[in-house]
Amino acid sequence: MAETPSPPAVRFLTQTGKTLFSLALTFLGLLVVTFIIARVVPVDPVTAILGERATGAQIAEMRARLGLDDPLWQQFGIYLWDVVHGDLGTSIRTRDPVLAEVGRYFPATLELSTLATIIGVLIGVPAGVLAATRPGSIFDQVTRLFGLIGYSMPVFWLGLMGLLLFYGHLGWVGGPGRLDSAYDMMFDFKVPAVTHMILIDTALAGEWAMWRNAVSHIVLPAGILAWLSMAYISRMTRSFMMNEMGQEYITTARVKGMPERRVIWVHGLRNTMVPLITVIALSYAYLLEGAVLTETIFAWPGIGRYITDALLIGDMPAVLGGTIVVGCVYIGLNMVSDILYRLADPRAR
Amino acid sequence: MTFLPFARRAGVAALTGLLLTAAPTALLAETPADTLVVASAIDDIVSLDPAEAYEFSGLDYVNNAYDGLVEINPQTLQLEPGLAESWSVADDGLTYTFKMKKGLTFSSGNPVTADAAAWSLQRAVKLNKTPAFILNQFGWTAENVDKMIMAHGDDLMITVSKPFAPTFLYNCLTAGVASIVDAETVKTHDAGGDMGNEWLKSNSAGTGAYTLVSFKPNEGLVLQARPGYWRGDAKIKNVFIQHIPEAATERLQLEKGDIDVARSLTPTDVEGMAGNADVKIQSDVGGQVYYLAFNQKNENYKNAKFLDAMRWAVDYQGMADTIMKGAVIPHQSFLPQGYLGALDDLPYKLDIEKAKALLAESGIKNPEIKLSVRNSADRMDVAQSIQNTFGQVGIKVDLDVGEGADQLKAYRARTHDATLQTWGPDYPDPNTNSSTFAENPDNSDAAGNTGYLAWRNTYDPGELTAKSQAAVMERDPDKRKAMYEEIEKTHRETSPFILMFQQARQTGLRATVKDFYTGGAVDAAAYWLATK
Repeated sequence: MAETPSPPAVRFLTQTGKTLFSLALTFLGLLVVTFIIARVVPVDPVTAILGERATGAQIAEMRARLGLDDPLWQQFGIYLWDVVHGDLGTSIRTRDPVLAEVGRYFPATLELSTLATIIGVLIGVPAGVLAATRPGSIFDQVTRLFGLIGYSMPVFWLGLMGLLLFYGHLGWVGGPGRLDSAYDMMFDFKVPAVTHMILIDTALAGEWAMWRNAVSHIVLPAGILAWLSMAYISRMTRSFMMNEMGQEYITTARVKGMPERRVIWVHGLRNTMVPLITVIALSYAYLLEGAVLTETIFAWPGIGRYITDALLIGDMPAVLGGTIVVGCVYIGLNMVSDILYRLADPRAR
Repeated sequence: MTFLPFARRAGVAALTGLLLTAAPTALLAETPADTLVVASAIDDIVSLDPAEAYEFSGLDYVNNAYDGLVEINPQTLQLEPGLAESWSVADDGLTYTFKMKKGLTFSSGNPVTADAAAWSLQRAVKLNKTPAFILNQFGWTAENVDKMIMAHGDDLMITVSKPFAPTFLYNCLTAGVASIVDAETVKTHDAGGDMGNEWLKSNSAGTGAYTLVSFKPNEGLVLQARPGYWRGDAKIKNVFIQHIPEAATERLQLEKGDIDVARSLTPTDVEGMAGNADVKIQSDVGGQVYYLAFNQKNENYKNAKFLDAMRWAVDYQGMADTIMKGAVIPHQSFLPQGYLGALDDLPYKLDIEKAKALLAESGIKNPEIKLSVRNSADRMDVAQSIQNTFGQVGIKVDLDVGEGADQLKAYRARTHDATLQTWGPDYPDPNTNSSTFAENPDNSDAAGNTGYLAWRNTYDPGELTAKSQAAVMERDPDKRKAMYEEIEKTHRETSPFILMFQQARQTGLRATVKDFYTGGAVDAAAYWLATK
């Protein structure tokens, strides 16, 4: 008997179920890996808490209290239980819940990376398309060189140079931090924390002078991260476009007498959108997790710096919590790009 | 290399293009005239409760928001009356009477009373957070402290368990943990019997020149001057301490005028700012000492001539000037400059010939040392200089480079051969370093006295243990001072420790900033005298 095609609703449910299962599996994998890393790194959480003066008895007591003497599988079980219940533990350093801290730091990174990705896409995609339609031209060469620099220069070097020039010499942009100190001091009193994203919160509060100041501070770090993502996006766009432009349907469109602009920007680009979505999502995820150096140089209170600071003093709950959140975002972005992929490509539905 | 300059130019041009299209008009503000903006790495803060704060940044805050019975004058670094106007000690040396100053108030307006003072000290002992050990030394425990510290009208009666040197108590009472808090206010914020510990993490309730307006971990804290401070109102109304861990960033902001004070500069940044008239550098000492220690499980390190040879084989001045570039000063005794009884003379200098002669006299042939060094750039540089000068003398040094935490573990287990370390005093009394460098009540492995540096190096200081224990009981301050001087002298001539440097702090200030005091080796920063 021939198999009858299942109705769309059933297909959708099976697909969603499969996706959710693979997500859960990935999440479990993430937890296992972070847990193992935390046990393998040569950072002793007990010394981190008690300091150098602790006596043997104090150390033993603290080990027992942290459950470090329990069998490893048992420790993992407790850890898993807590995480699933939304408890990422308590930071050793501040003794605040890690989840609350991450909730404060992550939006700063999200804001920076989102802005950077938007700039990167707005410039990178058209540049890639133009370069693909004029391969070997001056424009193509310049885009390639520009991309190469953005991709291969260490971001801390770009950051410092950018600060030196645009902040130090020219005074066009604000310095490190999210605001000038004069505004930064008043921030908590004038701006209620709604999203923890400074541009949105200041706008919601109607503090426009502060908003403009925040823009002047975010533009340089976002610009530098945008450069990084633009380099990648423009190169990938170029190669996808080159591929599409050689396809038969493009020739057909041209033969039909369709204007070249429409051929490129509608027919060609539309079809590169499918792989491009994955590229953009990956580059966005990369910025979300990889902005550590930028955050350090620009004194940006983001998740990357939070994790690094925590790691340096052996605050493992904070490191693990931060890593899990970043990991979840990564998984989430992959899922979103999957969905978008299906929307953009009817064959994938 | 032509690529880099080209890349820089291309990069700059590209960024310019990007910013021209994207940048709005930047609003650049100088620091406000009524605000002192201090950039510092404040990620060490654990708590702002004075009974719990025990990190540099936390103690800086406590010093400006709270006062103790006894205080340290930020300018002279000498003891002076704080919230107590006078004090006396009974003949038995066990009972002290502190007479409280009249008419002082907390920032809430509540009067400062002997009751509040007694409650504050009892609270610190009962909370038993990290710095509580400073107070526990006087025999106070959660059980007995209500009886040993009591208010009688305007007087505070303090009983100690042994007839200690009075200066020992006074010095310890200047520590942050002995700050007096507004008992009435703090009691109303008790949460589950925590005596306001949670509330004081983000609120202040003291007598200090400033009150806490806001605190965001890893971002910054805002302080506001309170009118009517008993030492005179703060000169600058607001202080904003901004978390800027990157030294190069701090330097840029200081030169730009976006901050007034930069506290985490590296020697390289300081060098780079030379000649900038808008900026000045203030140097003063910190409490940390740098030392070499040799584990006497290795018999070589019991040989007096060999130890002496090594003392003459260290390039103290050369390293301070070149490698450390002013981040340290040569210092050859275990008490840092500024402490009661600290020896500031420098009897040893690099003398290869003398060291060679001493090595020959020692009878040790072709000695080899395995020196543990943590893998940071400045430590490595110091270790390599030592390797070099020791090598010239004929002592072979192998560097064992590793993570600080790992090395500390080995050091505490006394499995190291030799190690390059630093030590920071725990409280502003000489006993803090004397007890750890010169006392070792039980040198056996089983004792596990890791708190004593002498024990960690299997060093039995002999009569020094008793002498140091006697010094902390000596009631005549001058005699006490002389005792520490003698202990330090014997220690540096006989122990397997080579004290080399004391930390020097280099603070970057805008040229207009005056009277910014960092507290030297014994105290924390004072903001209330600063002007700009």
